[in-house]
Order: sequence, then C-alpha cells, then structure tokens
Amino acid sequence: MKLIFEKSAAGRRGVRPVENDVGTSVEIPSALRRERPAELPELSELDVVRHFTGLSRLNFGLDSGFYPLGSCTMKYNPKVTEQIARYPGFAHLHPLLPQLPDGEAAVEGALEVLHEMDRWLSEICGMAAFTMQPLAGAHGELTGVMIMAAYHKARGNRKTTILIPDSAHGTNPASAAIAGYTVRTVPSNADGMTDMEALKAALNDEVAGLMLTCPNTLGLFDPNIQEIADRVHAADGLMYCDGANLNALVGVCRPGDLGFDIIHVNLHKTFATPHGGGGPGAGPVGVARKLVEFLPISVVCKRDDGSLHLDYDRPKSIGYVAPFYGNFGVIVRAYTYLLMLGREGLVRVSQNAVLNANYVRAKLQGHYDLPYDRICKHEVVFSAARQVARGVHALDIAKALIDRGFHPPTIYFPLIVKEALMIEPTETESKETLDAFIEAMIEIARLAQTDPKAITECPKTTPVGRLDDTRAARQPDLASLK
Amino acid sequence: MPFISHTDEERRAMLEAIGLRAEDLFADIPPELRTKGLDLPRGMPEHRVRLHMNRLASRNASGLVGFLGGGFYDHFVPAAIDAIVSRSEFYTAYTPYQPEVSQGTLQAMYEYQSAICRLTEMEVANASLYDGGTAIYEAIMMSLAITGRRRVLVDETVNPIYRKMIRSYTGNLGIELMEIPVDGGRANRARIAEHFGENTAAIVVQNPNFFGAVDDVTDLGDLAHKHGALLIVSCYPISLGILKTPGAMGADIVVGEGQSLGLGLSFGGPYLGFMATRTPYLRKMPGRIAGRTLDKQGRDGFVMTIQAREQHIRREKATSNICTNEGLCALTALAYLSLLGKQGLREVAQMCADKASYAQGRLLRIDGVRLRFPKRWFFNEFVLELPTRADRVIRGLLQKGVAAGFPLSRYYAGMENSLLVAVTENRTKEEIDTLAHMLEVSL
Repeated sequence: MKLIFEKSAAGRRGVRPVENDVGTSVEIPSALRRERPAELPELSELDVVRHFTGLSRLNFGLDSGFYPLGSCTMKYNPKVTEQIARYPGFAHLHPLLPQLPDGEAAVEGALEVLHEMDRWLSEICGMAAFTMQPLAGAHGELTGVMIMAAYHKARGNRKTTILIPDSAHGTNPASAAIAGYTVRTVPSNADGMTDMEALKAALNDEVAGLMLTCPNTLGLFDPNIQEIADRVHAADGLMYCDGANLNALVGVCRPGDLGFDIIHVNLHKTFATPHGGGGPGAGPVGVARKLVEFLPISVVCKRDDGSLHLDYDRPKSIGYVAPFYGNFGVIVRAYTYLLMLGREGLVRVSQNAVLNANYVRAKLQGHYDLPYDRICKHEVVFSAARQVARGVHALDIAKALIDRGFHPPTIYFPLIVKEALMIEPTETESKETLDAFIEAMIEIARLAQTDPKAITECPKTTPVGRLDDTRAARQPDLASLK
Repeated sequence: MPFISHTDEERRAMLEAIGLRAEDLFADIPPELRTKGLDLPRGMPEHRVRLHMNRLASRNASGLVGFLGGGFYDHFVPAAIDAIVSRSEFYTAYTPYQPEVSQGTLQAMYEYQSAICRLTEMEVANASLYDGGTAIYEAIMMSLAITGRRRVLVDETVNPIYRKMIRSYTGNLGIELMEIPVDGGRANRARIAEHFGENTAAIVVQNPNFFGAVDDVTDLGDLAHKHGALLIVSCYPISLGILKTPGAMGADIVVGEGQSLGLGLSFGGPYLGFMATRTPYLRKMPGRIAGRTLDKQGRDGFVMTIQAREQHIRREKATSNICTNEGLCALTALAYLSLLGKQGLREVAQMCADKASYAQGRLLRIDGVRLRFPKRWFFNEFVLELPTRADRVIRGLLQKGVAAGFPLSRYYAGMENSLLVAVTENRTKEEIDTLAHMLEVSL
C-alpha cells in the first residue's frame, strides 16, 4: 500500500482545529520559529480513515483468529473493558491534579481503582503490596531489580551478580544489566528445570538474586522451587518471579507462597488487556513484606478515615520509575476484567488454559518432537527437528499456518530448544478452534514428509511474501524524509 | 463462566480424549503449595461492572476547566482517531513478529517514524518508548554508550518529575549526573560551560522548558559538539507546529512526551515516548524500528529491523531492555498528525500561542500579578508571580471548578508565589475570562 505521505495532495485539509475566539495573534520572533512547516500529509478526513482501514486489513489480530503465540497469552480482550477505559472520568483526568492542594479529592475514584488493583494482585500473587507504575513487563523487571538493589544497599550487602536461567526471556538479563548487575547464566538440566548442581555452584555472597520465570518458558512447573528459594535466601539473595506465565497459576498457586520475593505481572497477558500491536502494556510489581518500603514513589495509602491519598514521603524508596501512577488506562481495563471474573473465575482461567495446552500437546505429540514430555502448564513447546530433516524449519511451519488462517506460535524461543514451536492456546479458545489448529498442524507435518516444498513456499495468501531481513538491516530504509 | 467457551461436557470430552483427569493437570504442584481459596469477591455480570465503574469514574473531577499543564495537556482530539485505533486488527494484535500478517502495524510504525523525523527535522526515529521521562533516561544511556564518557549535565528546567526518574534510574550506575540551576527562566549558559568537562557525554535541555519559555539552544549544541559530546533535547511535539526544531538547533538525540498528539490525559498513561536521532547513532538507539524492504517477488514490505541491538538477540548486551512499548499510542499520534496535517498542526500550535498570549495579557491586568520571567518568549505556558502563595489560590479556585495551574513551589525552592498556567486551543475566551475574574476576586 502507498505510504500516507504519497497520498498527500497540496492544500487538502482534514480535521479543522478549534477556532480562534480570542481575536489576538502572537508573532513569535523568526529566530525561534521553524523555517518550513513539517511535511505532514495533506488529506481529507475520509482519506485518512480509508488509509488506516486499509492498513488494518493487512493485519491479523486476536479478533481475526487463533493467536497461539507462546509466552504472550493472547486471550480475548473483553469489549466492555475498552468502553469503560473511555469513560470521561478516567480518560480525561489530569495526572497532576492530586499534586494540587486538596487535589486528591478530585481523583478519589481513580485512587480507588489503583488501591483495589493493589489488593487484588497482592491476593492473587501472595505478595504484601503492588506498585502499578511499571509501564510494561520489562519495565517491571527493571523496577524489581532496582528494588533488589535498594534492599541489599539497606542491609549493607555488596552484591554484584544476578543469576538467570538459560531458558529466560531476553528481557531478564537485559534488565539486570542496565540496573548495573553482572549476569550469570544458570543452565537447565535434561528435564528443562533449573540445574540444582549448577545453581549451588553459582550461589555465593555476591549473588543479589535469581530471576526465574514460573512456570518456566517451556511451560513447565519446577518441582524444586522451594529448595531453589531456600538456597537463594540462604545466600541472602532475593527470588524474582518473571510473571509472564502467571496465566498457568492464577487461583491455583501464588508465587509468594512458592518463595518469591518480587514479581512482575503483565496486565496485557494474564489480565486480558489488549497488546496494541506492541503496547501499551503494564507491568505492575508486587513485593514481599520486607520490601514494601522500597517500592517506587508514589504509593496509594489508606488513611484511618478510609480515604485514600498518595504518599510521596518514602525515604527508602527506589524513587520514581514512571511520571505518575502507571499506564492507568490499561489498569482500568484489567480491573474491570478482574471484577467480572471474581475469585471463582480466576481459578477457571488457569484450569482451562492448562487443559487447552495439554489437549494440544497430547494431540500433536505423535507428529512433532516433544523434547520435554510431561504434563505442561499453559503452553507447550515442540521442536521441528523431525521436519528439519526434510528441509522444513520452524519458520516454514509458521508461514504454512498463516496460509491456513492461524497466527503462528512463537518460534525459536526458548533458546534451549532447537527449532522451537511454542504454543499457548489460552483459556478463551473453543474446542472447535483447537481442533482446527491441530488438524492444520498435522497436515503440515504430513506435507513436510511428502511434499516439503508445499510448506517451504508458504505463505502464498498474504499481501507480501517472505521479506528480505538482511536487506532491511544492511540498507536501512527507516523513514520517508522530505 | 465469563470469556471461557468450554461447557463441562466439553471439558470432560477433552480430558478423556487425552487420557487425563482434571486433577492431573496440576499434579506437579505440591499440594501444600496450592492456594486454598482467594480472599476476593465473586465475579459480577457486565451491567453491574459498568455501574460500579461508572460510579468510580464519577468520583473523578475530569470536567474541571483546565489550565493545568506541566508537560501534559488537554488538546483537541478528533473523533476519527478513536475510530482508527479501535480497529481490532490493530489493537488486538501482538508485536509484529510475523511480518506477512502484520503489514498494517509495520507500515504504520514506518509512517510514524517518518512523521517524527519530519516533525523534529531528524534523520531516524524509533517506533516508541514508554513515555517522555523514560525517553530522556534512554537518551542519556545512549549518549554514554556513544561517547564512552560518564558525566551528564541536565538543565533544571527539564520537567522535575523526569529529573527524579533519571536520578532513580542512574543512581547505582556511577554516572556523574549534574543538575544545572536555572538562570532567569532559561538554561544557564555560564554554569553549563563551567561544569562542562572532557568527560561530559551530553547536555540535556527541554524546549519549551518546564516554565513554558522558548529558547534557541543552538549554542549549547555547538559547545557539546566542539568537545565530542551530544545535545539531547526533550520537546513538546505540538509546539513544533511553529517553533524552531531541535534538528535545526543541532540536537543529536530528540525525545519527548507524545501525549499531546491525540492521546487523552488518562491520569498519567498510557502515553508515548518518542525518540529521534542522527543516522550515525542508529545502532545505539533503543526500541523497535520498522524498515522497508522487498519480498522475493520484489514487492515493498516492512519488517522490524536493526534487531541486533535488542534484548531478544543480545540479552545482557542489548542497548536497552525495552520490549513491549507503546505501539497503539504511536499509531494514535500518527493518526493525529495525519488528520491535522501540514496546515492543521501549524494552526493548532499557533492557536495555543495566541490563546496563551491572550490569557497572559488578561491575567496581567490583575493588580499585583506579574510575569516571573518577563524577558522570555513562551509557547502556551507561562509563570505568573502572584502577590500571595500560589497553592492557596489554586485551592480556592479548584473548589469552584477551575484548575488554575500548577504551584511551582512543589518542585522549585523560592517559588511559593509562582503559578504555572497552561493554555491549549481547547480553552475558550470565556473560560480564560472566568479564570481571570476568579483569580482577581481571590487575591
């Protein structure tokens, strides 16, 4: 499709701005003015709407079809949450209002949303308190690692290293590194679990903590979790839970009860807020009692009379990680979702998510390699190793799924599985959808043996074919400039 | 059960088909570690949730007449934006890992990057960061990586909340972060030159600054460049409809808060951090970047590119840990800039300046009210010096339904009587006159 700039027609106007009713005009001196107007498109409102409608039709969203992208928890995003986030009382509220004298009274409802979310998430995760401020999962990780650092500083510990399994999301080591820590990788054992011997060898006085995804990125629950936590705690380290996979556990078990001290959750995964094609997300962070004093500023607190206020006087806090109270619009959506589910609905989330993943696992097991053959949690990781022998890679299988109307699973992650196909169906998909997907996967596996070209030449139904990544990186064309 | 399609019968059938019992699914979790039941309310049907949330929303004073800015503004948002970003093909998609089914998101990212470059007069932009504050932090980290130096000079007219964020993030990193006190409402040239040393990686300024004053910081860019350092400029994108651009002033990294580009105030988020830089620094830039390339048949298409910088490839050696960013907010900004267009954005910016100028004239007619920084040009925000404490005045007006502005004493010593007033194109003459009248009565 043509770029929006290429559709521009000189002098054409779109939306008319507000009129000038003050009758005066100010002339800012030319030395402070831009020389030429910014070369933005000149289009009618209809032109613009058609352009973006056209672009949207080149996209596959969750509402378009099955989206089993592992580690991303692409569950249904309830429409009512969109409607409620747009209520003027939420959408038009200025974030500086509570910083005005008596301004907290002007945002009572918003503070209640934040405070209630703290209560819900703390109960779900078994933590003492949550901050809503982190603006995405990785931002939550950074916040959590900063809390770790503040804890050790307060105790006079000199800690330099954070331990991270080789199966972890890339954000874990990146977050630890930008917070100033050295990263040491802990290998997984043959069962895909933390290698206990390697962990013991890695633990020493310099270890600030361990970042663990629970269940891990293979979709497996580590039965040694308590021993791991005990050992890390014995070294005065902290246990960090990457909560990206919390959908497997909600209502069934609580990370705090497993020995974790810090957790981030992804509201745009477990708590059903839309991912927006790359955000906005939200990554609230929960902590155990001993870490509450380090939470970022500000903290929503309840006064004796039951009214809520924002506490900025937190001497041991790590300070500010976001300008205000987090991605509030996302938090409103997640809170709405939680209110609808309630305690009984939360349990059904994990029960059905795990059932669906195991249904896919069992039905595809004969057709694809399953490197870790166990009952899984919310997702299952296959390997395309068998298909590679016929020249069909995980990438080819992904493209063949596209031609069959499905979004592909996550591929080539986790890194410890060769040619990984990481499938997360989520609880909101029906049996018919799962059966159709399973049938397509089986057909692809069969074609990989009998007619590999039929797979390696996919996709054929999309507006573009496979794109040249090397060219994109070597001859960067990153903007249409004028 | 909400949002789950399986009937009990289907669940039974599925379990039977795979030879498992329901209790097998969680058998790997030791019973003593399982939750006995959550202390939370039962679920509510949709209509009750709507009533409940409506009651909460109604306890927020979102209908105040707003002269509150401080970096976050009540601008006009065209209705077409919501229609565009409500297309579920956009908002229910994930990050575009599979380009063949994500050309809509990817082309929009490329167009957004183009629009940011055109607006700031820079060469490359990323596809978004979380917000204006984290964007400055990322720009500082980038400048350290580019120069290999450790000192950063931050002008005190950079949004004080952002400065607190930068301090939090860099506190443990052994960075020499120096905040340079203000000089008459603008960046203090003498003090910056004084603290500028061989080890300085960057000078960080904001334009218009937190007091609303407009500056030309070309001289600071010259100073930085003469010694191999970078100039980082945080800017208010609407102002670039008329103001001299950071690119034209020699900025090396341009960042800012994109909330004003069609996003609601939404009590602090989701917002949009934008970042643009010059081509030589591309590979040190954080965040997603979309690029145009070709498919096997030679057709144009878009992919995420220059990914060797990113956490999923480089892990602890990545330029940043950012993954999920603010994609839909970037789409919103692109839709806004497209709907307003070349002429419209200029008009909005000029209208903000015009209405602010009218408001300033009107408010200065009040006895005892003067400008705190009379020598400065401003865009749409300015500092009034009142004959009394600003917080007292704000409290009184708030009770009458007017948010008169922000009390600068919250973040700056010695500014107890200073009121920061913001005027966007949304404010009417009548509202401005009402503010003036109320202020006059309250003094």
